[in-house]
Amino acid sequence: MTHHDSVYDGLLGEDTSQWAFGTDFEDPLAGVDTTLPDDVDAPALAAYCLMLGDDALIYSHRLSQWASNAPDLEDDIALSNIALDLLGQARLLLARAAAADPACVPVLPEGSPVPPEDALAFFRDEAAFRNVRLVEADDVGGDEGDFAVTIARLLLFSSYRLALVERLRSSRDPVLAAVAVKAVKELAYHRDYAGRWFLTLARGTEESRRRLLAGLALVWPLHDELFRTHPVEASVAEQGVGVDPATLGAEVDVVLEQVLSTSGVARPDVAQVGPVAGGAGRDGRHGEQMGRLLAELQVVARAHPMGLW
Amino acid sequence: MTSTAYDVAATVTDPELPMLTLEDLGVLRSVEEHDGPEGPEGPGGWVDVAITPTYSGCPAMASMRDDLAHRLRDAGYDDVRVRVELTPAWSSDWITARGRRALAEAGYSTPGPAPRHAADAPVTLNLSPTRRAIACPRCGSADVELTSEFGATACKALYRCAACLEPFEHVKEI
Repeated sequence: MTHHDSVYDGLLGEDTSQWAFGTDFEDPLAGVDTTLPDDVDAPALAAYCLMLGDDALIYSHRLSQWASNAPDLEDDIALSNIALDLLGQARLLLARAAAADPACVPVLPEGSPVPPEDALAFFRDEAAFRNVRLVEADDVGGDEGDFAVTIARLLLFSSYRLALVERLRSSRDPVLAAVAVKAVKELAYHRDYAGRWFLTLARGTEESRRRLLAGLALVWPLHDELFRTHPVEASVAEQGVGVDPATLGAEVDVVLEQVLSTSGVARPDVAQVGPVAGGAGRDGRHGEQMGRLLAELQVVARAHPMGLW
Repeated sequence: MTSTAYDVAATVTDPELPMLTLEDLGVLRSVEEHDGPEGPEGPGGWVDVAITPTYSGCPAMASMRDDLAHRLRDAGYDDVRVRVELTPAWSSDWITARGRRALAEAGYSTPGPAPRHAADAPVTLNLSPTRRAIACPRCGSADVELTSEFGATACKALYRCAACLEPFEHVKEI
């Protein structure tokens, strides 16, 4: 219990002119030492943190669309929890990017109280987002929306991200290493959830299996992009602060094979989505649904660039 | 001032689990009193408080910071600086024996030992529901089933007791 007379007292300090809709959004890295080892290229580290942060932010947004729409209450809550974990990781990673290289943060009007991680989330345009394309599609309200698609996508994403953060625990950047240690614990739960539902749907009814196979075929063309090395990833891997995703492919495939074979499902034999105009998600080239996602994610914040949240 | 800053901070409770203090939850990492430039009796002294999140997305962090700062200010500490400590990462193993008793009295099932994620071995995939040797906090029956690994807050799983048929929450191992 707090000792406020009014719930609004003390939230804003002296100046109430910028109050928008809620309480203070405080720095998630308050008091954390964000000093870098001298030989680390700060802009490269920041660009890398945006990649990992954007994966988490965009997928968190998509998963949170299941809130109040999932097949039952337990899965509604589970998917919301997974979205929340990823949102927490995104905040830390975007804040880390801003601390490493303030130049990556969009410039807002003089005096705007919007913190850097919010400026990165809400005020970058589509081409500045660095997430892989796997996380963009709408599995809830879109044309191909289906819980089974979400399960197939979550299995692929959480297997990839868990392998990545396991490796990232030994990053020379102490902040990234700390974020990774926590993320490993969380993603282990996410991957177990996806794997168990995958098995359940595969062994369930003819209809659940049909939908799962369709979902797997839908997301699988974005498998290879996860393991394609971007120059930024090569650079941070060389400096010992990041991970070259090409080195993760084999171990992720071992996990996927474990789920597929237990479920009696063959690895899909489908063509992979190639680069667009020479680039993919990590280069800021996104799928058709990304623009609509960002419109929904950003519209309120952009309408109030001087808002304190 | 009759109590030290640590004792004051240790009375602040978790916003979601109000039967549990932040100290018993293992979230309160340290409280240090710093003197001002003119020594212990002079002005400019401040209190440094370190807390760590249970989960990356824990939405209670801001509320915890707020409660700590207010409780310490009410106790006469004017300058309170609450910071986040990310390392080492929080583990349910840090919930104290007193905290576990408080959880059990409030009808929660308490966590067993947290899984060890070795730095040099891949995390194992578990395709069957996690087996936990737990009992229903209401009737004591061991005949319980997992409903979901995710509950109303990030740190809890949902269970149902097959004997008394009541649902209950289990604080997860992490």
